[in-house]
Amino acid sequence: MNKKGSTLVLGIETSCDETSAAVVENGEILRSNVISSQMEVHRKFGGVVPEVASRRHVERITDVIQQALDQAGVKQSELSALAVTQGPGLVGALLIGVAAAKAMAFAAGLPLVGVHHIAGHIYASHLVKPLRFPLVALVVSGGHTELIYMPGHNRFERLGKTRDDAAGEAFDKVARVLELPYPGGPEIDRLAREGRPSIDLPRAWLEPDSLDFSFSGLKSAVINHLHNAKQRGTTVQRADLAASFQESVVEVLTEKSIRAVKSKGVDHLVLAGGVSANSALRSALSERCRKEGIRLSVPPIELCTDNAAMIAAAGTFRYLDREFAGLDMNAEPNLKLV
Amino acid sequence: MKLLAIDTSTLVLGVAVLENRRVLGEVTTNLHKNHSVRLMPTVNGLMKELELSPDDLDAVAVAAGPGSYTGIRIGFTTAKTLAWSRGIPLVPVSSLSALAMNGSRYPGKVVPLFDARRNRVYTGLFKGEGGRVSAVKKERVMDIGAWLEEVSEEGPLLFLGEDVSRYRETISGALGERAEFGTLRENVVSAAHLGTLAFSCLERGDRGRTDAVPNYLQLTEAEAKWLSRNGGSAGGVSEA
Ligand SMILES: [Zn+2]
Repeated sequence: MNKKGSTLVLGIETSCDETSAAVVENGEILRSNVISSQMEVHRKFGGVVPEVASRRHVERITDVIQQALDQAGVKQSELSALAVTQGPGLVGALLIGVAAAKAMAFAAGLPLVGVHHIAGHIYASHLVKPLRFPLVALVVSGGHTELIYMPGHNRFERLGKTRDDAAGEAFDKVARVLELPYPGGPEIDRLAREGRPSIDLPRAWLEPDSLDFSFSGLKSAVINHLHNAKQRGTTVQRADLAASFQESVVEVLTEKSIRAVKSKGVDHLVLAGGVSANSALRSALSERCRKEGIRLSVPPIELCTDNAAMIAAAGTFRYLDREFAGLDMNAEPNLKLV
Repeated sequence: MKLLAIDTSTLVLGVAVLENRRVLGEVTTNLHKNHSVRLMPTVNGLMKELELSPDDLDAVAVAAGPGSYTGIRIGFTTAKTLAWSRGIPLVPVSSLSALAMNGSRYPGKVVPLFDARRNRVYTGLFKGEGGRVSAVKKERVMDIGAWLEEVSEEGPLLFLGEDVSRYRETISGALGERAEFGTLRENVVSAAHLGTLAFSCLERGDRGRTDAVPNYLQLTEAEAKWLSRNGGSAGGVSEA
């Protein structure tokens, strides 16, 4: 705690293509959240190029941190701790945030904590309304599709994960075969609204009690559908195909989330990660949760994608648990949450 | 005026603290271990030994490349953030000129060199004088054969750098007796030399802006391919 009795944590996030820094008070009050997106830089390559991303992070990092402090009206000396995304993510990109955080921790004499990127995504909701434990979180993004159980702050247990593609990855790949621009997720969401889910596509339920996911079969089915139509010389209703694909993903995500909530006997579901910006997923989950009497937390769109505020929030509880990192902390591209 | 100098542009890790061109302490290790893990503990250890705190520093110098992309980014980000946090100048210095300093008393010209893979090298041509070096040719990344041809009229030449051993036969074959090679310490960048060069930069008023980036000397592969597809020139050589 600082002199004024509140905990002020500066978060740094550079795991992919956003350079971000934020200041969060007591783990729940967002004081600033600066995001320097590289989306435009990578668009011409059709995806994130790791070397390009790393170079950009170096260029932006200190200016972004300075802006986060300025917007929060906080001086370095008033901070309680620094929190940085340690992993998972692109190693070259993670290294920039980790190097900056360690240098700042040394220069300003501040304690440092490393944060798991997924923990950060879950804590995005905490910045809107405090998380109520125990809870189950569905984390869906370009790199992850996981169901996590949290008995309390800073405690994680994994219930299920994808066995192949992440949901966001499937969205991006299907967007590419539908010749939609990068990033594909929002494009499919938009196109699906113009179509009907009239095409029969598979749902991968896996073993009866499994909370794991699989999206590669669905992706192949979409590709096959396009391929067959081309061979027959028939035109594909792209909007219908987008709607059918999205419905399959959303149905599996929703059903498994509800099963996870019931299996752990909790009444709070948290949606997290970039794919939680998907409108079909948001409405399907909120409708289902209303019916089942489950409290659903969905972060606002601006906190769904990668940002440092969520890292600062999650980091606050690691700091309070005194789980400090040393100056020898390394970026961990395959960091495990549990 | 106290200055911290950091070099992680090759596999060697170098950290030095200088006070007005006097070396207070220097650590050089050639462990081939992760710079990300070892850099800050090394800085912290040296500073502690010298009984200095971050408040005592007046500037931070860094080997800004060329070199290993990941290596120069770790050093650069660390130095830049440290300087920003303390509100003191960041002084980016060419990694090649720091290496060339090891030959500053050589009567001929000095060719520092880092491997850039696929038979290419990051290199330049320097002339030593009174314990300082100045660039004779612009730093560049290019094919070793073409580079040797370009400097074949110069000489004698002192080739410096640990990666020189990979090209030693090629160099001797092209230049014969006119090529000489560095020994032991001469092939390793000294962070103290880096710091010395940084003092000269500071005297000239050279310092890194907050958006400063390392000097990679070449575009990323993705950017080069994109440019060549879209009618631009990728260019292997950029301003040093
Ligand atoms: Zn993310």
